[in-house]
Amino acid sequence: MTDISNDTPARHGALLVTDARTKRRNRAETRFKAYGITALAIGMAFLAALLWAILSNGLTAFGQTYVQLDVPLLEEKLDKDGDRDPEKIAKVSTFGYKPLIEAALTDLVAREGIETDLDGKALTKILSESAAAKIRDRVLANPELIGRTVGFDLLASSRVDGYLKGRVSRESLARDKNLDAAHLDLVDTLSDVGVVEKRFNWAFITGADASDSRPEQAGIGVAMLGSFFMMMVVLALSLPIGVAASIYLEEFAPQNRLTDIIEVNISNLAAVPSIVFGILGLAVFIQFMHLPQSAPLVGGLVLTLMTLPTIIISTRAALKAVPPSIRDAALGVGASKMQAVTHHVLPLAMPGILTGTILGLAQALGETAPLLLIGMVGYIATNYPDGVAEGFLSPNSAMPAQIYEWAKRADPAFYERAWGGIIVLLVFLLAMNLIAVLLRRRFERRW
Amino acid sequence: MNDMRPMDNVVTDKTKITARDVHVHYGTTHAIKGVDVDIADRTVTAFIGPSGCGKSTFLRCLNRMNDTIPGAVVTGKIRIDEADIYDPCVDPVQLRAKVGMVFQKPNPFPKSIYDNVAYGPKIHGLARNKAELDDIVEKALRRGAIWDEVKDRLHAPGTGLSGGQQQRLCIARAVATEPEILLMDEPCSALDPIATAQVEELIDELRRNFSVVIVTHSMQQAARVSQRTAFFHLGHLVEYGETGKIFTNPEDSRTESYISGRIG
Repeated sequence: MTDISNDTPARHGALLVTDARTKRRNRAETRFKAYGITALAIGMAFLAALLWAILSNGLTAFGQTYVQLDVPLLEEKLDKDGDRDPEKIAKVSTFGYKPLIEAALTDLVAREGIETDLDGKALTKILSESAAAKIRDRVLANPELIGRTVGFDLLASSRVDGYLKGRVSRESLARDKNLDAAHLDLVDTLSDVGVVEKRFNWAFITGADASDSRPEQAGIGVAMLGSFFMMMVVLALSLPIGVAASIYLEEFAPQNRLTDIIEVNISNLAAVPSIVFGILGLAVFIQFMHLPQSAPLVGGLVLTLMTLPTIIISTRAALKAVPPSIRDAALGVGASKMQAVTHHVLPLAMPGILTGTILGLAQALGETAPLLLIGMVGYIATNYPDGVAEGFLSPNSAMPAQIYEWAKRADPAFYERAWGGIIVLLVFLLAMNLIAVLLRRRFERRW
Repeated sequence: MNDMRPMDNVVTDKTKITARDVHVHYGTTHAIKGVDVDIADRTVTAFIGPSGCGKSTFLRCLNRMNDTIPGAVVTGKIRIDEADIYDPCVDPVQLRAKVGMVFQKPNPFPKSIYDNVAYGPKIHGLARNKAELDDIVEKALRRGAIWDEVKDRLHAPGTGLSGGQQQRLCIARAVATEPEILLMDEPCSALDPIATAQVEELIDELRRNFSVVIVTHSMQQAARVSQRTAFFHLGHLVEYGETGKIFTNPEDSRTESYISGRIG
């Protein structure tokens, strides 16, 4: 017989003393935690830096300097015959309005008693080149104004705007032929008396792109509409196609080599660079099918191709997450496969499907590369033409493409607008993600 | 109704289901190897046997739930009231209205108790209006022996009930479509002893209106609830007969080993 002692022999060290092996393990754990925290901190720092950069550079785009000017709309300049014939008034080009603006500015300077060496022509440099066109549009719309002195809110030039935002200084103007230090003195005085003031820039949110020489007039509104039309196309096509394809693959398709190949290819498509979809869209939709260039319809079709894999993958994941027992239960009481899917599986998968769709849309909204290839960088300097249905086929731009366009241009005022455009884009993306979260909360059910 | 009680342990001779030479293959696996069985009407028939012996597979053949499993091939003849259920003319959806099923894990829909029970009658068009549907739901819940517990909260979610209540709700859901046969795949394996006793009592009640086929791991359960027992082993139907005889005087040595606990 083996001898049996009364006590279990001590096989390990005393509990109150940590042995070397345990110490080593604990140290490794502490180290790993430190790595994790460092990684997280770096990520947060980058995020903070990014947000700071975007906000500090872009927020100024949402303010714009305006000059309040009383312009005498002299009858002898605008309508010599005095019969208010719209055709004759339209013959007066914007050049015909420039003397009026000069006169108004000279008058303003004299009225406020400001000492300045600048003559009338030099004075107009504080105004945007769009000023004359704006006055002309107003006169054409309402010829009765001719002969009166009318108050206008006119855009200040981008240099003046930049001065009030701190981007332009007297030193930087030394190399700039567009504006002199004398103008800045004038602007200082005028802003003291409230003639020159900075306001919230609705025109940036609603307006259209502008030419290189008048960045103060450029807005992202038209590009926003272009993006909106594209998203409509993407949603209308990719949601039904994506969900139908996923339901078929997940619930009905037999498991064979063909469906395996399809599955692998869908996953691969999700990883294809977006510019490849762009060139595919160019070849198929524009060169082969002769759809118009720069049209939101084509942009939407290309982005649909790009979004479909994302939607299919997330929808299939959502369908897979529905417990098979629910399908069994439905089939067990005599539901057909289609009834089991539409009555039970689909409602349960809905939060996942919607989240995937919205994230896919958000991805499509920010996509730039394919749009460049199909020409969705149209320079649309006029506000959107009437007729929303037309919007799918008429040339347009999109928000990210517009941002890219502005970032390319030389004038720092456009650079500021590019950052501002990024803020608008990010607000949209945040809103979409928020909707995704809310929908998920709203539809989520437990079983 | 109570005068029906003396039919305990009485086995009707009318055959409801006839299976002849049934084989099931899952891909390369031969799961059921030639099963012949006659299941009587208004009787509780228990399928017992060790795990993986094919008893659940065979049960799922009876309402063609195996159709939903990719790669499953069923051969042989299964007749319900002389109609071959694997005939190409038979729509499995219609069959499953006639042959209800209760699963191992309670699986109520994540909907209200009322909607859980009303779903089957709705899709089969058994109710012409709301009042009829209400009657059907109440009757089914009463048959499921759960009416008294849920009558005040019919619109509460079915998933909020306890496990035993959920399983009785699932039984109520299965009987709501007025099936003729009720298949139960280990209906008590996820339940505690008290809930199990309630469900077993219910199964005995159900025998008056349905022929019940129950798969169970528990030999005691088979002995308690069934009139006939079939013992499956490695895909073969080893022995089939009166429950009392199987448990006291089995003919096959494998059955004896299993019920005495030596294999399985």
